[in-house]
Amino acid sequence: MLHIINKSPLSNCSLDSCLRVATTGSVLLIEDAVYAATTGNAFEHKLRESMAGLQVYVLKPDLEARGLADRLMDGVTPVDYAGFVELTVSNKNCQSWL
Amino acid sequence: MSSGNVKKFMFVNRKAPYGTIYALESLEVVLITAAFDQDVSLAFLDDGVYQLKKGQQTKGIEIKNFSPTYRALEGYDIEKLYVEKESLEARGLTEEDLLVDVTVLGRAEMGELMDQQDAVLSF
Repeated sequence: MLHIINKSPLSNCSLDSCLRVATTGSVLLIEDAVYAATTGNAFEHKLRESMAGLQVYVLKPDLEARGLADRLMDGVTPVDYAGFVELTVSNKNCQSWL
Repeated sequence: MSSGNVKKFMFVNRKAPYGTIYALESLEVVLITAAFDQDVSLAFLDDGVYQLKKGQQTKGIEIKNFSPTYRALEGYDIEKLYVEKESLEARGLTEEDLLVDVTVLGRAEMGELMDQQDAVLSF
């Protein structure tokens, strides 16, 4: 399953909840959720732990908009809009966590 | 306006830019307030510190990059920008990551500064 998150992990519990229940599949971080995948942020270790079972992707235009393209954590895959579409197609189903 | 009518206004910014409209709306109201010659301070806490991150490139999301406006605030005599130290640290950021000169305050100092205001507007 593809899990789509769009809220900052430091102001909203969506990503935390997602990682609590999802241990396999893929997570795509978009909009304010991209902050989760930046080096040195307080949620970094939690995201890293989840990467044992989950593939983590980040929407690159959202990372660039926030001035953090050079702060992406190792192991997180940046995707463009076409990559976003590809993820929704290649996964059996998807869930947008609000 | 006579100096007797000048009040201390603080704008508290706690939201990241672009994901919601709060950051941009705050900036709009800050500029309006400046036109009335008031004593304006901006405080950045929590995800609000991300508003000041250098290097924002919004072409890919097709939203106006309003971050250069923070550098223009000086021209409107808005020079009191305060950033909470703890919020920066939780995001792996330092003062060098910010696109404008700010005063970094600890959480207790930030609280004291809020206490001194006549009006605090939260975004």
